[in-house]
Amino acid sequence: MRDRVIFAAQLLFTMLVAAFLIVPAALSMLAGITLNYFRGIQSGLTLQWVVQVWELYSDTIFRSLVIALATLGVTLVVGIPAAYALHLRSDRFSRAIEEIITLPLAIPGLALALALLLTYGGFSDFRRSWLFILAGHAVFTLPFMVRSVLAVFGAIDVKTLDEGAASLGASPWRRFRDVIVPNAAPGILAGSLMVVTLSLGEFNLTWMLHTPLTKTLPVGLADSYASMRLEVASAYTLVFFVMIIPLLVAMQIFAGYRRGPTVLPR
Amino acid sequence: MSPEGSGNSNAHGVAVYVENCAKTFADGTHGLGPVMLDVARGETVVLLGPSGCGKTTLLRIIAGLETPDAGGRVLFNKIDVTRVPIERRNVGMVFQSYALFPNMNVAENIGYGLKIRSVNGAERGRRVAELVALTGIEGLEHRRVDQLSGGQRQRVALARAVAVRPSVLLLDEPLTALDAALRERLRGELDRLLRTLGITTVYVTHDQSEAMALGDRIVVMRKGAIAQIGTPREIYFAPASRFVAEFVGAANIVEATYTGESLLLPGGKLAAADAPNAIPNGRVFVMIRPESIRVVSPDGAGLCGQVETVSFVGDRQRAAIGGIAGKPIMVDVPNSIALKLGDRVGLAVDPSAVRLLPGDRV
Repeated sequence: MRDRVIFAAQLLFTMLVAAFLIVPAALSMLAGITLNYFRGIQSGLTLQWVVQVWELYSDTIFRSLVIALATLGVTLVVGIPAAYALHLRSDRFSRAIEEIITLPLAIPGLALALALLLTYGGFSDFRRSWLFILAGHAVFTLPFMVRSVLAVFGAIDVKTLDEGAASLGASPWRRFRDVIVPNAAPGILAGSLMVVTLSLGEFNLTWMLHTPLTKTLPVGLADSYASMRLEVASAYTLVFFVMIIPLLVAMQIFAGYRRGPTVLPR
Repeated sequence: MSPEGSGNSNAHGVAVYVENCAKTFADGTHGLGPVMLDVARGETVVLLGPSGCGKTTLLRIIAGLETPDAGGRVLFNKIDVTRVPIERRNVGMVFQSYALFPNMNVAENIGYGLKIRSVNGAERGRRVAELVALTGIEGLEHRRVDQLSGGQRQRVALARAVAVRPSVLLLDEPLTALDAALRERLRGELDRLLRTLGITTVYVTHDQSEAMALGDRIVVMRKGAIAQIGTPREIYFAPASRFVAEFVGAANIVEATYTGESLLLPGGKLAAADAPNAIPNGRVFVMIRPESIRVVSPDGAGLCGQVETVSFVGDRQRAAIGGIAGKPIMVDVPNSIALKLGDRVGLAVDPSAVRLLPGDRV
């Protein structure tokens, strides 16, 4: 009896905390389809705000998707071989490199953006293109890919697998392609989902790096909050949720299959 | 056995010659002293020693997974392969953990080396089927690696290693991960397989019974150096040092005084046929295997003592006889002889079974 009371109390507390977090998000999305937010839901439901967001900001949505996929490409091409090399070496030097790669997580996004601006701001073509934002996102998300892949490498004794393939005559490239990458797939997939999600939602760094012509979805969201009706901004949130939630769910489903902790605390 | 392996009509592979190979690791650890080793074409050589003795390092140098320190050379059929990476040495290797590829099924694992060598699909399938039959894993071809038992994995690893018809087969403690009963059975299968293939083989183990069963010759290693090289019989009956005697089989090693023709112990006198000229008179160490000692009547026996412990080990009993040397002498006694604690017994030892250990004088 006493246990059930405690359980009920704990459940209630958990539900309250969850509600505290979920209700504002739900209200915000509801506002996005409400005709007049100040009069409430009885004013009627509409998709006009969503349509307006699409008309005004669809370019930011596509740009965000392009940047997220490009970031994924960069972190795959750089991150997997880097993790492979770091794992094979695993000495003091490689641990130092790992720390350096992880450093962008500890530095505020604004500082990182400022450093990029100071260094590359003079290359005006680069500065003005979306590639500038891509550079920032790649630096910021790379540690997630590297750590994710390293965690899988640690779990499957990749060094012996590599030696096994080498003993059968496989060149370093064949080994990487036939044995290393397929067996690191769970880590690569987990890292990929994380990179795409982080890139889509990144604001700090992007806000500093963007130009009026290279706005991403979160930057556009801030812009709409500042200059549009509340309903439009809320509809924008709704669009963002629809994009990001499937990714988060995929990540969670996938986390069940992963071996070892690969998620870094943000 | 001569280095050319003449007289072995079934010999395959290359002769391996290891010259002055030493290994100092990046952190400064000295893993292997400079060692010399020749392995004849078709011969099975077992590297035997406790962990940390350098046996795996030596194997990895032969494989091409480690580079020896400057001055060391590895030759396959008199061709220097020291700088050739493992993927171009055409070796077959079985790892302690097997290193099977989890992303491939059994057949794909076995056929991987052939695929790398661009052997066409039909030929590859034929060869894989042949190896599946040879290693007795029929029916498992399409299983995933993580669905196999330890013994099955071991067989797949072996089949994969020999599929490419390697110049030399290298096995790094291939049976260590298995339980005792399975280990014994697979040891027999492995022996038969190695004889069938007749391929040059270097086999690393810390298990002396494995070494005895499989090796044409055994290389006993200790602290990065070779303690003795010889046939299993030489190693067992004529160990070169106290370390070898104690590491290989059960041995009584006792201190005695050597007078030129006999050995004096506190409990009596032993005749010694094996008396190398190099051993001067005085205090020496003597090795006698428990199974070469007989329990006899104490009357008129050269050595006398009393029974301190008797333990029944199934096919025989192992008794400890005190009062003969500084420590009890272990004796294998047939079950037909009844011994009681405190019994006074005599011991008879065939002089040829008494071994003076050179280099271990007091």
